[in-house]
Amino acid sequence: MDAVEKEAKKRNYAVNMLVRLVKEKPLGAAGAVVLLVLLLVGVFANVLAPYGYNDMDLSARLSPSSPAHILGTDNLGRDLLSRIIYGARISMIVGFSVALIGTALAAVLGIISGYFGGAVDFVIQRFVDGMMCLPSLIVVLTVVAITGPGLLPIILVLGVEGGVGGRVRVVRGAVIAIKRNLYVEASRSIGATSLRTMAEHILPNVMAPVIVMFTTSLGSAIITEATLSFIGLGIPPPEPSWGGMLSLSGRSFMLIAPWMAFWPGLCLCVAVYGVNVLGDALRDLLDPRLEGGSGSYKIKKMIGGGFGGGIFGRRRRQKPENT
Amino acid sequence: MAEFSAGEEGKNRKILEIKNLRTHFHTKAGPLKAVDGLSYHVYKGESVGVVGESGCGKSISAMSVLRLIPNPPGEIVSGEILFNGQDLLKLTEQEMREIRGNRIAMIFQEPSASLNPVLTVRRQLSETLELHRGLDKKQSLEESIRLLKQVGIPDAERRVHDYPFQFSGGMQQRIMIAMGLSCKPELLIADEPTTSLDVTIQAQLMELIDDLRRTSGISVIIITHNLGLVARYVDRVNVMYTGRLVESCSTQQLFDGPAHPYTSALLASVPRLDSPRKKSMRVIKGLPPDLTRLPSGCSFHPRCESAMDICRKEIPPLEHIAGDHYCACFFDHGKYL
Amino acid sequence: MENERILDVENMSKFFPIASGGGAFRRKTADLRAVDGISFHIMKGETLGIVGESGCGKTTTGRCVLRLYDNIKGTVSFEGTDLTKLGAEQARRARREMQMIFQDPMASLDPRMTVGKIIGEPFRAHGEPERKDEIAELFRMVELDPNMAGRYPHEFSGGQRQRIGIARALALRPKFIVCDEPVSALDVSVQAQIIALLEGLREELGLTYLFIAHDLSVVRHISDRVAVMYLGKIVEITRSDELYSNPLHPYTLALLSAVPIPNPRLDRQRRRVMLSGDVPSPVNLPRGCRFNPRCPKRASGLCSEVEPELKPLSPGSDHWVACHHA
Repeated sequence: MDAVEKEAKKRNYAVNMLVRLVKEKPLGAAGAVVLLVLLLVGVFANVLAPYGYNDMDLSARLSPSSPAHILGTDNLGRDLLSRIIYGARISMIVGFSVALIGTALAAVLGIISGYFGGAVDFVIQRFVDGMMCLPSLIVVLTVVAITGPGLLPIILVLGVEGGVGGRVRVVRGAVIAIKRNLYVEASRSIGATSLRTMAEHILPNVMAPVIVMFTTSLGSAIITEATLSFIGLGIPPPEPSWGGMLSLSGRSFMLIAPWMAFWPGLCLCVAVYGVNVLGDALRDLLDPRLEGGSGSYKIKKMIGGGFGGGIFGRRRRQKPENT
Repeated sequence: MAEFSAGEEGKNRKILEIKNLRTHFHTKAGPLKAVDGLSYHVYKGESVGVVGESGCGKSISAMSVLRLIPNPPGEIVSGEILFNGQDLLKLTEQEMREIRGNRIAMIFQEPSASLNPVLTVRRQLSETLELHRGLDKKQSLEESIRLLKQVGIPDAERRVHDYPFQFSGGMQQRIMIAMGLSCKPELLIADEPTTSLDVTIQAQLMELIDDLRRTSGISVIIITHNLGLVARYVDRVNVMYTGRLVESCSTQQLFDGPAHPYTSALLASVPRLDSPRKKSMRVIKGLPPDLTRLPSGCSFHPRCESAMDICRKEIPPLEHIAGDHYCACFFDHGKYL
Repeated sequence: MENERILDVENMSKFFPIASGGGAFRRKTADLRAVDGISFHIMKGETLGIVGESGCGKTTTGRCVLRLYDNIKGTVSFEGTDLTKLGAEQARRARREMQMIFQDPMASLDPRMTVGKIIGEPFRAHGEPERKDEIAELFRMVELDPNMAGRYPHEFSGGQRQRIGIARALALRPKFIVCDEPVSALDVSVQAQIIALLEGLREELGLTYLFIAHDLSVVRHISDRVAVMYLGKIVEITRSDELYSNPLHPYTLALLSAVPIPNPRLDRQRRRVMLSGDVPSPVNLPRGCRFNPRCPKRASGLCSEVEPELKPLSPGSDHWVACHHA
């Protein structure tokens, strides 16, 4: 028992997290698998897809699933499976880029705002307020209407829009809590610059909420891209976006070729659901209050009889009995 | 409640007797023996100290008395806790609730965490009074004010309507004492009651508890790591180390001639106002051991200067050495044989 | 060399504005006078203790001396340089020579850093290479095993964590260390170990300490001279032995008598001075002597009218008191 625990401690933090993910949050682990599969499919799309995404076989238009076309074809005779595989690539590119830009922006702004406080904080927060009172879809539509649809404008506008908003608040809140820790002051007393303190102490300690934020914004970015493509302002055809596949052609042929809308719709649902349950699982796993597994921390607190919340929270809960 | 009021019959009556108490916690690394075979008793009107460093089980033993150990992971494995002759461990949860706060009161280290921040002091005090003592609203308000005055809160008529955060730490602890006293308990357990407070406030509060004990005949258990407090406010001392009692004696005996090497080392390792300034303190080597991996034999032997062979093999029993003086050490058994 | 002042503090004040409203609408409504015009000096190799209750300004004093705050009034000269006149970047560099040890060893160590990285932080902060052998030497100086460098703070006990905090403070070989309640959070037997370690290091490295604590017995043990603070002022300052054998300020007297001696017989014989009430708020200071509402002596109307000055008992004496009736 003892040796096993020591071994576990020696193992890498990330590996440990993965083990806990599988053990404690099987649904989250399933979400991670979905994301991983999508990522691999996206990367190796040209290897995996049996046809090109725009290869038309006009003789086999609107054909249901058959050995040649496992998921059937669309109204132009394009292989649905290949289009979905290429569509995964687009969803992943958009999803990851938008999440990366958004989270990085939110993290940087949030850390600066929370760490320095005062006038800097005031300016950033009022700017965020301004952004938050604009309906996001309208902002995105307006920008896309000006720049015209395309992969790059979509990524940039969704990334910036997602980064400068409520997420800055989340990071800022976490930073303000961390800043009160003595080790931040200790770092200053040593003679570290603000930049170093932020990089060495603040950033690693806000990583948990930032990682969770990354996964949730990944899910919402995939959905938003699909929405935009659905209304024709996203990725322009013939690029195979899942949202685009659902739209005009999918809807028009709904009754005679339901598979045209069904398969991309299903993929979208599974992808977003998977990402979201992964995010939820990470949120629980990365919560520092639960770190170290079931209860051992609380016991330590009790035995130590020392300071802090754990034990007193329990005592307060006991309160109704003895008052 | 009349039958519980202080009678003349028992000045030497044991109000609380703990016999061979074992409280364990189940952890991944195996059972953690927080309290492992503890016995001590408290006479009526007496003030008893339980002394030791963090992790020695002093708080856990007190919480065991009120059966406040969360289960799981904790469990009172065996033993008896006789309160007025009645074994608390055999009572139902319902009966236990009648005892807690009513006949045995406990005050904790951190008063701000023990008071509900969204209720006024009056609400928190009168709740107990109305529930346990059946007073009506008007009576409970009067009684609350009386209690606050008793614990020395100035301007009690007005301040009874304030919220806890409007009081300083010392005043909050006074309120906790008032709440503890509201049902006229027979036993008050104070778990590090002044550790988070300043010295002058600490002195005020300890005087208050001591006065209350003298005037109302209530028994007090003071759990602390501060040997100075023990010297001033406690009649008898129990010294704990890794969940066991290592020495039990009157306060004067403890400071005149401690029998256990741990006790004497502990006494020698605190700087004192009454000793020459540059006198070097004796330092106890090492750290208290991990409770899941206790050393064999006497758990103090790796840090003990007089450890012998037998100390590594057998656990010394708590033996009577003189008068009211008990000690668990082979070295001293030899000395007194 | 020996009689050189390493630190000279002259009429130092630090007020914190109490503001209401938010952001651009913030208005200063009052000052919290945390430290209110104090003067003291520390000789090279000496340990000056500061005692007082919470809110008396002792921690703020320690931080002002390291210039961890801006807007400090008065002068704080460290080896002849007035720290209050330095810009932020110069002050940061000056901190090489002066370090701090904190009260709560757990909170002062970043939980996500290995202790090796924590001890190496001062080197990184000042752009110096982190040499493995130097860090191992620091581990040995605080009597820890250098092989533990890869572990995280939560794997250590309270006393060991405080040793890590001390090693970090020693990394750049400072001349002066502010110890802010370094043993208050520790167990009795561990306290003694840390005090012994601090004393040993002082001899070995020729350090100068400013030792802040609320435990009078600990301060007496380690300090050469002691200053007693009350509500942002020094009320009494003198040699350790003198302060404890001949306390003159009524507040010092009350503080001393509040500490029980671990010997019941002796303790019973001591004169006891009980203070009533709480420490007043440093925002609304009492008129006259700050201590007068709680003072058991309060001998004359002077106390509630005129604030007493800190002055030597007799000309040339090293016992300074701020009381009209000392």
